[in-house]
Amino acid sequence: MTTITARGPLATTPPVRPGVLTPFTVFVGRSLRHSLRDPEALLMGIVLPTLLMLVFTFVFGGAIGGDSRAYIDYVTPGIILLCAGYGAATTAVAVSRDMTTGTIDRMRTMPVPGVALLVGHTVASLLRNLFSTAVVILVGVLLGFRPAAGPVEWLAAVGLVALWILAITALFAFLGLVAGSAEAASGYGFILLFLPYASSAFVPVATMPSWLRVFAEHQPITPLTESIRALLAGVSPGGDAVAAVLWPLGVLAVALALTAWRFPRTRSRLVH
Amino acid sequence: MTYTDQVLVLTDVTKRFGAHTVLDGVSWRVGPGITALLGPNGAGKTTLVRIVSTLERLDGGSLSVLGHDVARERRTVQQLIGLTGQHTAVDGMLSGTENLVMVGRLLGLSRLDARRRAGELLAQFDLADAARRRAGTYSGGMRRRLDLAMSLVRAPRVLLLDEPTTGLDPRSRRALWEQVRRLTDDGTAVLLTTQYLEEADALADRIAVLDSGRLVAEGTAAELKAGAGGDVVEVLDEHGQPSDTLTTDGTAGHVASVLRSLPGSARVQVRRPTLDEVVLQLTGKEAA
Repeated sequence: MTTITARGPLATTPPVRPGVLTPFTVFVGRSLRHSLRDPEALLMGIVLPTLLMLVFTFVFGGAIGGDSRAYIDYVTPGIILLCAGYGAATTAVAVSRDMTTGTIDRMRTMPVPGVALLVGHTVASLLRNLFSTAVVILVGVLLGFRPAAGPVEWLAAVGLVALWILAITALFAFLGLVAGSAEAASGYGFILLFLPYASSAFVPVATMPSWLRVFAEHQPITPLTESIRALLAGVSPGGDAVAAVLWPLGVLAVALALTAWRFPRTRSRLVH
Repeated sequence: MTYTDQVLVLTDVTKRFGAHTVLDGVSWRVGPGITALLGPNGAGKTTLVRIVSTLERLDGGSLSVLGHDVARERRTVQQLIGLTGQHTAVDGMLSGTENLVMVGRLLGLSRLDARRRAGELLAQFDLADAARRRAGTYSGGMRRRLDLAMSLVRAPRVLLLDEPTTGLDPRSRRALWEQVRRLTDDGTAVLLTTQYLEEADALADRIAVLDSGRLVAEGTAAELKAGAGGDVVEVLDEHGQPSDTLTTDGTAGHVASVLRSLPGSARVQVRRPTLDEVVLQLTGKEAA
């Protein structure tokens, strides 16, 4: 076994190339292991969705919706998107950590596409956050959420959630790439995490002052929330669906373009 | 089997970061065996290693690894080298085995071969007992050994070690030296940077001294000591311990005049300079 033994004539070691997909599956596996072993990621994935559902249903529900049962139907899509934001934000920290340790250097000196590292973090984030979405829906159902969606509406709703998760994860991955530290990376995500509060996720935009309403109606969370809410209620989302698809695609395109430009120029941020 | 005579050939290698010239026209040939690159902080050692390992691009000159140009044949060079950087690249959330299997898979080994190779390396680096533990729980010495093992998964022809023992206790340092020495038995060429003269002296067949981006000396430890001038006059205190060190140019006249400048009751000894003093002379700075 001259190919894998350190002893023996090294000059005969033939160059072996991994399969095209191997680096991607390896890094997805790595990031998933990280997610499962990181108590903070599990907290974000299970405890946070549960707590948010309980808080919005029982603490705010009566005051905002008048009736907490009725409010569950209104608020569940918003909680899903809120949790997706928190969950995706951890991607920035994970990417930043790889850039500020020797990890990126080792990967860069190996004959594998370095971008596979980012793909690993992104796919893991997608799976993690779809899991959180399931937790939100499950807790919602336990509290009285009764979606009227058929299989097609469910598929469309989950598809929109997945698309949004993918878009903001890609954006957070880019932030992790440019942030000076893991702490800074999570700080930059603040604005994205704030978006659901200034949307129709928790209260109708009609209740907002006009300047805020203009903002709320022209940001991604409102059409996404409205579309998912309509789909889960078993009705057509109408014109909101177009914006709900175009927003994530736009964010994704911008994030990927920025990453494609920045990643090859990224040096590990170590003290030399 | 035959080796390319020259492992690394550097011709007028220049690297700038902004207005700061980090490497200023370094020309150097590195042969087989262990070569140490010695120099004070900021001399450009790490930058040079990063250029060899394809992490930084050259601003001028050329550099080849076993005859392959780092700029034009990046992928080929990556197949030939292994890097253990200054900052550990061990994934603390994964076990020792998982870290090694991950690298093996990325380098094209099958799952089975990657596992087998991981087992071999863990045994070779005395980590078999900790194989299933998360690397985050390892001691500094264990992390370094795992890091080194990760750069050896597919037996590189040229191993680059950037300050491999920085931060290790003396026992772990000696253990790592032993591992590095054994690698060269297999024909792996090693280039290591170090601030520890003791390390260069103990490990390296040849030593080069880098200062402010220029190569100021190159040779075996003995050649450097011989070439960098004169004997040292040590003034001893009442316990026979050196209390002062005076350098000379090695000529009888200079030694005599140094001795004359001391009080007649002073106890002295004359000896060859240490490598430490040689580097100090060459660079005008403390190495560590």
